[in-house]
Amino acid sequence: MTINWASLGIVAAFSLVVGVLVVVLVSLALVGLSAREPDPAGEPADEALVIGRGSGGLSRAGGTAVAAVCLLGAAAIVSYGLYLLVV
Amino acid sequence: MDISVIIVVVILTALAFDFTNGFHDTANAVATSIATGALKPRTAVLIAGILNLVGAFLSVQVAKTISSGLVDEAKITPTVIFAGLVGAIVWNLLTWLLGLPSSSSHALIGGLIGATCVAAGADAVKFAGLIGKVLLPAVLAPIIAGLIALIATYLAYRITARAAKGTVTKGFKLGQIVSASMVSLAHGTNDAQKTMGIITLTLITAGALPADAGPPFWVIVSSGLAIALGTYAGGWRIIQTLGMRVSKIQTAQGFAAGTSTTAVILTSSHLGFPLSTTQVATGSIFGAGAGRGVASVHWSIARQVAVAWLLTLPAAAAFGAVSAWVAATGPVGTIVVVVVLIGLAGGIYAASRRRRVTADNVNDVNGPSQSVDLAA
Repeated sequence: MTINWASLGIVAAFSLVVGVLVVVLVSLALVGLSAREPDPAGEPADEALVIGRGSGGLSRAGGTAVAAVCLLGAAAIVSYGLYLLVV
Repeated sequence: MDISVIIVVVILTALAFDFTNGFHDTANAVATSIATGALKPRTAVLIAGILNLVGAFLSVQVAKTISSGLVDEAKITPTVIFAGLVGAIVWNLLTWLLGLPSSSSHALIGGLIGATCVAAGADAVKFAGLIGKVLLPAVLAPIIAGLIALIATYLAYRITARAAKGTVTKGFKLGQIVSASMVSLAHGTNDAQKTMGIITLTLITAGALPADAGPPFWVIVSSGLAIALGTYAGGWRIIQTLGMRVSKIQTAQGFAAGTSTTAVILTSSHLGFPLSTTQVATGSIFGAGAGRGVASVHWSIARQVAVAWLLTLPAAAAFGAVSAWVAATGPVGTIVVVVVLIGLAGGIYAASRRRRVTADNVNDVNGPSQSVDLAA
């Protein structure tokens, strides 16, 4: 029996980094976009548990910049995923 | 039986399996998007169906054969492939009736193993390969995906806890649509290729294609269409299980689950360590549920899913073995298997009508559709 533990380890580690990174980037982008709202300190999303502190103090321009950078990063990762699918 | 007749039977059975594969696995991509309202049910399965079809054309690398490394391929005949497909179809239909997500690939492997045992003896099965290719990934895939989804969900809630509710919900819904689309595309690429591989192998076995041939265009088109139509048919019962019964999924969880599934599937496929899409997606959804609070997950559903996963290989093998035994008696035996398969499928469909789950009530777990509680 041959189990390719190295490949499995890479799958786990790479997936963990990429999967979590995309979610974090999108979350940060949404925090940035929230700064553009009239009342950024609104209620938490859905009826979720409030399990931490969010953003605060971001200007509209700052929020937009954060959102743009984060979304670009997430889009780059998604594009790479598409590339892996096609190639 | 005339070789050309059995070839036609195998091709039709492979396409039937492809169809069941499609509707059985629709939930992997769209269950959470439907549950959170990111996509309307019909829209979700339409998008998933189209992307499965597109995915079937994306890669030119044909899956050599799903049986590679698991059984002695020299002993695989069209009849063995037919019987294996029958075993997989029966298991797919039964688990669909129960609303349980189980791996179509593992069902196919089980069916082929059972059929091979009957046709060529147990010596033709490489049990060592079974552990490395099926059993170990079956245990690890949901754990890895679940862990990623759990961490991602926790961070998503933590980061956006005080952000504007409307913006966050809308943003995560858009993210869900993107991740669901990626999973659909990957599913079309991986799973449609398996059916193409089976049909191509059958044609090679029959001498209709040279040994190193790729799939003819009609094989690519028919396989892609079969899985796309199956996906569009929407395995609503499994969608309901994954979207509504595991946990009350919210947009952040749906996005985290979809992203985790996409990351694991794409990485594993690219590195040559293919994992079951179903098991990855299911693990992700449980992980995303736990990321909001372990108590929010209905663990009784997890137990049922685990039992289904444990039974997939032996049950499909048993169905495949019986089919191979009957089909080996000759043309009449093959016809009997086909007739019994059609009868079973009809019976399962009729049974499903007693508790219908459709696009209209897929998110309704408290209504009449809940008369049979999986968790009971």
